[in-house]
Amino acid sequence: MGLKTSTLPFNERIAAAAQDQFAHASIAKAQDTQYDKREKARAELGHWQDWRKLGQSIRQHVLQYLPDYLEEFSDNVEKRGGHVFFAQTTEEANHFILDVIKQQNGHHVVKSKSMVTAELDLDKKLQALPDVSVLETDLAEFILQEDDWDEPSHIVFPAIHKDRNQVHTIFQKLGYTGDNDPKHMARFARQYLRERFLEADIGITGCNFAIADSGIINLDTNEGNADLADSIPATQIVVMGMERLVPSMKEAEIMDNLLARSAVGQKLTTYVTFEGQQSVGESDGPANFYVVILDNQRSQALGTEFQEILQCIRCGACLNVCPVYRQIGGHGYGSLYPGPVGAVLSPILGGYEQFGELPFASSLCAACTETCPVLIPLHNLLIKHREVETDRLKMMHGFTDLQMKMVGKGTASPFMFNTILRFKHLGLAPWTHQRPMSVTNFFAYGGAMITNGPGMVSGWTDVRDLPAPPKHQDDFRVWFKQHKQQRGDTK
Amino acid sequence: MKVSIFTTCMMDLISPQVGKDMVEVLERLGCTVDVPEKQICCGQPTFNSGYVEASWPVMHNQIDALAAIDCDYIVCSAGSCTAIMKEYPTLLADDPTDPNGQYMAQAKILAAKMYEFSQFIWRVLGIADCGAELTTVATYHRSCHMTRLLGERETPFWLLENVKGLEVRQLAGIQYCCGFGGTFSVKESAISELMVTAKVSHAEATGAAVLISCDPGCLMNIGGRFNRLGKPIKIMHLAEVLNQNVDERRIRKVSEVPTPAPAPFP
Ligand code: SF4
Repeated sequence: MGLKTSTLPFNERIAAAAQDQFAHASIAKAQDTQYDKREKARAELGHWQDWRKLGQSIRQHVLQYLPDYLEEFSDNVEKRGGHVFFAQTTEEANHFILDVIKQQNGHHVVKSKSMVTAELDLDKKLQALPDVSVLETDLAEFILQEDDWDEPSHIVFPAIHKDRNQVHTIFQKLGYTGDNDPKHMARFARQYLRERFLEADIGITGCNFAIADSGIINLDTNEGNADLADSIPATQIVVMGMERLVPSMKEAEIMDNLLARSAVGQKLTTYVTFEGQQSVGESDGPANFYVVILDNQRSQALGTEFQEILQCIRCGACLNVCPVYRQIGGHGYGSLYPGPVGAVLSPILGGYEQFGELPFASSLCAACTETCPVLIPLHNLLIKHREVETDRLKMMHGFTDLQMKMVGKGTASPFMFNTILRFKHLGLAPWTHQRPMSVTNFFAYGGAMITNGPGMVSGWTDVRDLPAPPKHQDDFRVWFKQHKQQRGDTK
Repeated sequence: MKVSIFTTCMMDLISPQVGKDMVEVLERLGCTVDVPEKQICCGQPTFNSGYVEASWPVMHNQIDALAAIDCDYIVCSAGSCTAIMKEYPTLLADDPTDPNGQYMAQAKILAAKMYEFSQFIWRVLGIADCGAELTTVATYHRSCHMTRLLGERETPFWLLENVKGLEVRQLAGIQYCCGFGGTFSVKESAISELMVTAKVSHAEATGAAVLISCDPGCLMNIGGRFNRLGKPIKIMHLAEVLNQNVDERRIRKVSEVPTPAPAPFP
């Protein structure tokens, strides 16, 4: 579907996610497994905090000189005989890609995993072409394709929401007769895919890092499918976001290290590939090499308070630590880019109208900021989005807006706050009920609870009980005044 | 040693007992405690919701109020509010209503004096054993802001280790947020519900009778969910724990010099 992966409104997506027991269990298990692997891989490297700083400085440097590096990269691709196309929009990118396929008389497209092609909704466009077949060859993407193009729910593990039994059912439709052992199923997929690779004439891949000073690209994968996609077909089309560059191989090595350890908890991915236009004397590689560099609103973030999100290397670690992602999964976010990175990036790429809720779908626990290998202050960027929506675009309306403004006034004025302290107990009395309490020592005044509070408080009491506030005479400050007198202070 | 209490709006509105226990513990440990009168709130409810313009006056009031009383240290009952007040100097750099940087200058002074309750006892007073006794099985919930934004992971555990009779069991999934998140709990209650329910299950699985934390907001959230589900637990702020059955002879210092507070995101 492109950037937006659901037509349901936000609250319905959350409700659906809450119901999905399979996804829940799969995601929690994957997060926990990744936690151990990631922390171990990072510890093995040592000096992790210094590596992060180095990663950050490389990415910031590239962003600072982005036009120069883009020019250098594209010059070098062309020097090697390849072609570069700068696409401002997804339409331009799709148009160019479809044109190349036509020109090259392509009929069998094999794709390796690429979030940017998903952003383009390229699979749909390819399916619409007569006499062109398209096949996702990343195992997880392949599963999604065979499940009637289900939407990905993670940027590194797109089928994280499916368990082995679901995969088993999907593969049975393809003629698989074995059991639900992942190894057996993977072997089946491998065989199935291999036959299709051999007839492919167009390979479409993503790009982890484009190497500016040599005009080649760097791919990190664990399945080897990208290597087949870039070496068997005569034509390769690389699709990348405009920010995914490094100056040279030296920086690529560092970034690959940060990426593999953060994304999959490995020292390096099984395949670390550097490739480009086949040059004279080389026996493999694409004879026709195209790179599509997509802007799609990324440049809007340059030079703004949101620039740091362009440092992202799509490792997915922030999703893997996120307690909100753990509960609502990728589909809950309704964006191709879910989790903390998605909550920051989606409104930039797709606008606040479509993705305005996402920056609020965070408790600001900062687990994302703590893990990000390139030191993006994710939780602060979420607050920035909230500020833009609230203060600058005035998107908040109605009673909630009014109440928040009152909270602002009430917490800025000692006079008003004192009044609130005086009347809080009485003011909430209509909503306060004596209730049997299972929790002891729970602040609750006289064992009373607010169970269906007014206004914004209802958001709280929909889910949990609220202790009734104390009478003014029992407030801390009143107690302290008496305490001070007893202590014998003269004041 | 003169100590000002940073009360937090939550303690004023909902949980006065936490404040009383804090004062009693600190006085017992030799501090002269005062409560600056005009203080209200650190500004997180509005700031973190995107009402940034409305938050500057809240922060200014807080700075004025705390600066009005002469003190050596400011001690707070919540890790989260401590963390944001330490962040004030960074936040106020964007404050258009403080063109001459007066508030910013004050904020820097206050930030340097600011400690969360457990941090203060361990790192400034150098006290390991407050002489408390509580015979029960407990588990400890770490708040995200205290852990990550303030960088304090250890002091509550060290202090709990010295509470006589107390067994502290490790909470599984301790790194996950309980779903409080200030206004998040109200605005995104459906997501918050899933998060706090997961936390309740983890706490239950420890078999602990008491849930302890250094952040009243988290306690109110997790406790509120326990109560809604009709499940039993006792909720205690660390200050309440350290004020149980105290034997003053047991109070023990570990160091005379303050140990530096950790950096955020260590
Ligand atoms: S924001 Fe950071 S942690 Fe998240 S995907 Fe990007 S690089 Fe990884």
